[in-house]
Amino acid sequence: MNQTSNPVRRTRAFFTVYFKEVRENLRDRRTIMTALITGPLLAPLLFVMMLNIGLNRELDKAEKPLKVPVIGQQYAPHLFEALRAGGIVAGPPIANPEEAVRNQDADVVVRVTPDYPKSWRKGEPVQVEVIFDSSQRDASTAVERVSGLVDAYGHQQGAMRLVARGLSPSTAWPVNVARRDQATAQARGVLIFGLLPYFFVITMFMGGMYLAIDLTAGERERQSLEPLFANPVARWRIFAGKLAAICTFSAVSLLISLIAFSVVGHFLPIEKLGMELELGVRFCLTVLVMALPLIVLLAALQSMVAAFAKSYREAQTYLSLLMLVPALPSVLLMALPVKPQEWMYAVPLLSQHLGVMRVLRGDGVTMHQMLFCLGGSALAALVAVLVTAQLYRSERLAISS
Amino acid sequence: MIEVKNLHKAFGTVKAADGVSFIARDGEITGLLGPNGAGKTTTLRMLYTLMKPDQGQVLVDGIDAAVDPLAVRRQLGVLPDARGLYKRLTARENIDYFGRLHGLDEAQLKARREALIQTLDMTDIGDRRTEGFSQGQRVKTAIARALIHDPRNVILDEPTNGLDVMATRALRQFMRHLKDEGRCVLFSSHIMQEVAALCDRIVVIAHGRVVADETPEALRAQTGETNLEDAFVKIIGSEEGLAA
Repeated sequence: MNQTSNPVRRTRAFFTVYFKEVRENLRDRRTIMTALITGPLLAPLLFVMMLNIGLNRELDKAEKPLKVPVIGQQYAPHLFEALRAGGIVAGPPIANPEEAVRNQDADVVVRVTPDYPKSWRKGEPVQVEVIFDSSQRDASTAVERVSGLVDAYGHQQGAMRLVARGLSPSTAWPVNVARRDQATAQARGVLIFGLLPYFFVITMFMGGMYLAIDLTAGERERQSLEPLFANPVARWRIFAGKLAAICTFSAVSLLISLIAFSVVGHFLPIEKLGMELELGVRFCLTVLVMALPLIVLLAALQSMVAAFAKSYREAQTYLSLLMLVPALPSVLLMALPVKPQEWMYAVPLLSQHLGVMRVLRGDGVTMHQMLFCLGGSALAALVAVLVTAQLYRSERLAISS
Repeated sequence: MIEVKNLHKAFGTVKAADGVSFIARDGEITGLLGPNGAGKTTTLRMLYTLMKPDQGQVLVDGIDAAVDPLAVRRQLGVLPDARGLYKRLTARENIDYFGRLHGLDEAQLKARREALIQTLDMTDIGDRRTEGFSQGQRVKTAIARALIHDPRNVILDEPTNGLDVMATRALRQFMRHLKDEGRCVLFSSHIMQEVAALCDRIVVIAHGRVVADETPEALRAQTGETNLEDAFVKIIGSEEGLAA
């Protein structure tokens, strides 16, 4: 009987656990689907579809002829001539414009009253009604276009009247607003891409989630954890192997997602809006490096939650709730746009969010910020790993009933 | 050899083990007999260091489980009450996993694994994924992976649970085979027939205490009953939780 196991070989226990978990999970269709296909690819696809639809709609409305129902066209032929030159096609009048706008039958309706020609001839101010519903965000482009054209027509006519009276048009408008937008083309793109960091975190989370459940709650439920712990391997080594497997799936998920985003980024019509996005190799590498400690942190947290749960289903429920936590920084920063402070780069999740946004803007991350980001997240990951390893030592962990 | 001295373990107010002591010797089959809930599984779990006793000592081949649990686990082959397999791995892969965790090198592992597959008569299922295995096939695989490192001491918790007659007979045969190889075999059961048919020594547990520790013959003599079943009932004090 063999009584001497080579102690050197026991250090291989970590790799034995790691490769077994990876191999076993590569055979699981659901894990593969979530970690390698739907998780990492769904977000980029959704993103592109949303953006494309949104952008194309905006572009369409800005360039294409816009059909607007008009009431009282016969009273102001010159006005509508000017609108037509601006791409507004006058549609047939409708009976109840207020209701049509509220029901979204029309984005905007223009109404001119019958006393328009009389007032116009007398040189009195006339009214052109633009009827719309500001709670319909979809309509705002159309509303702005119509009001802009009406305004411009008014200015033009006013200027002509002044000239006819021998005055300079500038007497009527002594102050002009000169708008100077300092946003770079890249920075404008960021407005739309504010959700990107959250997508990345969700991808990492989804990539490791099924493994984290399977390797603790699942293994206990299937009653294989007790025999596993009867082997002459310290529990922390087993945990380390499992944790590494979770991290691998999570990292591969993120990598696939990043690659998908950079490929797909080329097909976005963002340059039409005067925006620019940096989604190249440098972007992918920076995001990946910043995400590394976060991957460990998430994997440890997931294992911790799964170890607490009494069953596979319970673990699934808890983890779905935990998934909402990474959304907080992204949502908070979108709701309250605060100026990023240096200390924020030391907060896990928040730092990755800020970092991704900086790289997207083309500003790049400074060495200092990167160190803060890696250090802060690594510290949090270490604490989470140690707590979970401690949890693994509990007698109760292995026992399913 | 497994020595158990005065083990205590309580879960809240329930005393699962309340001063359990016995010795399981090499080259013998020792049966841990007791009704359901007597504390057999808890006692065995303390032997293979899954649980720490509140009080008392476990020695396996002279190694104290409290001092060096890893060394104790190396001396033990364990078929626990929970015997889940990895269903996405084949029977061979399941066995190999535990062999590698025991630190066997690939040549040792292969030789030992194939020998066990032969002995346990599982050549036809070796390369099948364990999902959909019958209860008997599952137990065989679990035993093979528990014995992959050729342990001197073998602990089996209710090994025949859920097996049909043929599988039970084969398993008993295998346990005798282990004994003939000079190993220390310790198994728990609540089935008297089984214990009577196999054991060199019977340790009867009830309410977390050892109430008898004798050879089957001595048990009969002690109780004055010629029938073992009557002897057990007399020792335990009730028929509750026992099966013939």
